[in-house]
Amino acid sequence: MTSVHHSGPTFAENEVIERIEAFRRRRPRLRDEIVTLAHGAGGKASAALVDAVFVEAFRNEQLEALGDGAVLTLPSGDRLAFSTDSFVVQPLRFPGGSIGHLAVHGTVNDLAMAGARPSWISAAFVLEEGFPVAELRSIVADMAQAAETAGVQIVTGDTKVVAKGAADGLFITTAGVGVIPGERQLSAAAVRPGDRVVMSGSMGDHGMAVMLARGDLAIEADIASDTAAVSDLVETLLAAAPSTRWLRDPTRGGVGTVCNELAQTTGLGVVLDEQRLPIRPTVNGACELLGIDPLYVANEGKFLAVVAPEETEAALLAMRTHPLGGEAAVIGEITEEPAATVALRTGFGGTRIVDMLVGDPLPRIC
Amino acid sequence: MRFVDEFRDPAAARSLIAAIEDMAGSEHHKFMEVCGGHTHTIYRHGLEHVLPESVELVHGPGCPVCVIPMGRIDDAIWLAEQPDVIFTSFGDMMRVPGSKGSLLDAKARGADVRFVYSPLDSLRLAVDNPDKKVVFFAVGFETTAPSTAVTLVRARELGVTNFSVFCNHVTIVPPIKAILDSPDLRLSGFLGPGHVSTVVGIRPYRFVPETFGKPLVVAGFEPLDVLAAVAMLLRQIREGRCEVENQYSRVVRPEGNPAALALLGQVFELRPHFEWRGLGFISQSALRMRAEFAGFDAEQIYEMPGVRVADPKACQCGEVLKGVLKPWECKVFGTACTPETPIGTCMVSAEGACAAYYNFGRMHREAAQLVGQSGLR
Repeated sequence: MTSVHHSGPTFAENEVIERIEAFRRRRPRLRDEIVTLAHGAGGKASAALVDAVFVEAFRNEQLEALGDGAVLTLPSGDRLAFSTDSFVVQPLRFPGGSIGHLAVHGTVNDLAMAGARPSWISAAFVLEEGFPVAELRSIVADMAQAAETAGVQIVTGDTKVVAKGAADGLFITTAGVGVIPGERQLSAAAVRPGDRVVMSGSMGDHGMAVMLARGDLAIEADIASDTAAVSDLVETLLAAAPSTRWLRDPTRGGVGTVCNELAQTTGLGVVLDEQRLPIRPTVNGACELLGIDPLYVANEGKFLAVVAPEETEAALLAMRTHPLGGEAAVIGEITEEPAATVALRTGFGGTRIVDMLVGDPLPRIC
Repeated sequence: MRFVDEFRDPAAARSLIAAIEDMAGSEHHKFMEVCGGHTHTIYRHGLEHVLPESVELVHGPGCPVCVIPMGRIDDAIWLAEQPDVIFTSFGDMMRVPGSKGSLLDAKARGADVRFVYSPLDSLRLAVDNPDKKVVFFAVGFETTAPSTAVTLVRARELGVTNFSVFCNHVTIVPPIKAILDSPDLRLSGFLGPGHVSTVVGIRPYRFVPETFGKPLVVAGFEPLDVLAAVAMLLRQIREGRCEVENQYSRVVRPEGNPAALALLGQVFELRPHFEWRGLGFISQSALRMRAEFAGFDAEQIYEMPGVRVADPKACQCGEVLKGVLKPWECKVFGTACTPETPIGTCMVSAEGACAAYYNFGRMHREAAQLVGQSGLR
């Protein structure tokens, strides 16, 4: 931007902006003395907690990549993806699925994002005393069905029961492993300016479905969670667009948060096009009413892919033939400027920043 | 979305922007948008960067979260920490810092703090939890005051005894007057409050052109509303007129909402004075509950500390709320004061000028224009 003439006041503003950007590049600092819900919301507070507590204590090369799963190389040279996730959603059932579906899909999708073919899953249950066995059975049946559809087996597990009041009904933790085919190299380091950002389908369905299902908003809308295993759709994409650079599922924190992580990791700009964002009218309406930006609402059956420009058409054509990819769309592109920033081109040529989310008001959606 | 998309139409926006450029000419125009809702729209839709540089928008005092002084937050936290209290609040208020942390911090320490979308949800909590004492943290201008009034009338009808309201409702005209009285700021006109005006109508603003010689256009909250209102202000200036006009006529009637006004009069009365963050004490600028509703008035039921707390020294929210400083001109903006560690209220609410600028607008004008003009093939 140095070639552009600066008028007086604009220059001062730009200086302030640069000072802030320098400040923001510093590692997130954990200042809190107690854990608050913000630490679990997937935004800046979560990043600070993970960085200051977990990475600090466990430090190693695989963890420091902070991906959805770790990529481990076996002595044979084969690569495994390994991932884990806990599920605490309330209510346990919501339109479109249950905590059982989420527990399988969440881990399967994390493995798929690492380029792996998910194979085996573990499941650990924390049950609150008094929890109805019939409800447990039905949630476990959902898990079995989700695993079968995704082509994974649940091969080990654990059960703990805690006294009434020490948990809220049922918490599930799953972990999974999958093999990454030899030729695949997915990495943020491969992302280049000019690459396209592809979203596999509509945004925000899961978060809004759960939020409305909680019943304390007195809003009724026909919104169902999108919970699904995307591993097969990923295979379809990678077959059609083998140079695909990077994948991420925009769960907690939504598309906005995931794009910020990409921008910060690569130092490149992610420019989204507001008019291309796929959002169902009902989801958009509920978000407008509640003052929530759909860019930050969770998805559980979608992913973002950064695709080489010359393979974008093929990627979209292939994805749209898949039952989960009918609404796949290019939603933005990778740029040199604005560096390490996510910007949104609004409907009429205006521009704004899409920042990391602060203080997510949505409680326990996964 | 129906009823929203038509107010975000790119083609209509382009022709309005062209008209604005044409009418603005070479003069510098400085318009204050009174409402935080306008500020939010301006940044969320990138309007700053599509307006010509000769049209400057400065942000006004109409963010209800931003104007609540620290001492009142401390009182709210004190209330939330009383035994058997369920303290209910709009979500935005939960992160506003008092002198010893926010309501969210109090919640993490064990206080039962819940966020609600309406005071009626709070009343329902009281009915559902007869062994608890439910307090609603009422904030906002004439926009939200009627819903608090409805809730209080309903609570009295139901004979609910475990529900009370910590009333912090404020009124819009006194701060506008205070800004016009202050010598710091030279404004060319106002984008008038939209949703407040659905209640109070447009007559209360007549003093703005009549006494102070500034035009005022009541504006809606969609991006096209804001652009259209800016165009209306420029047209007034160009035609040598100075009056109150209503851009938001699809929602705002000139006389406002007489039923809501009557209800406000039935439940509330003006306080002699009220402290506004950054603006200090303004007389007759806030509402309190009438004697008939004393049984629901948290200020009378509980012995709150009621201590006045000065704003942190570094915080320049007052200057930002008066439009004297742009958010980025504040000394601590974006470094010590950020949305995750706010020092001042303006950095908390989505409608706060600092939060809106930080979250959406923090971009070189040139870079923003470059991005805006490019487009995917």
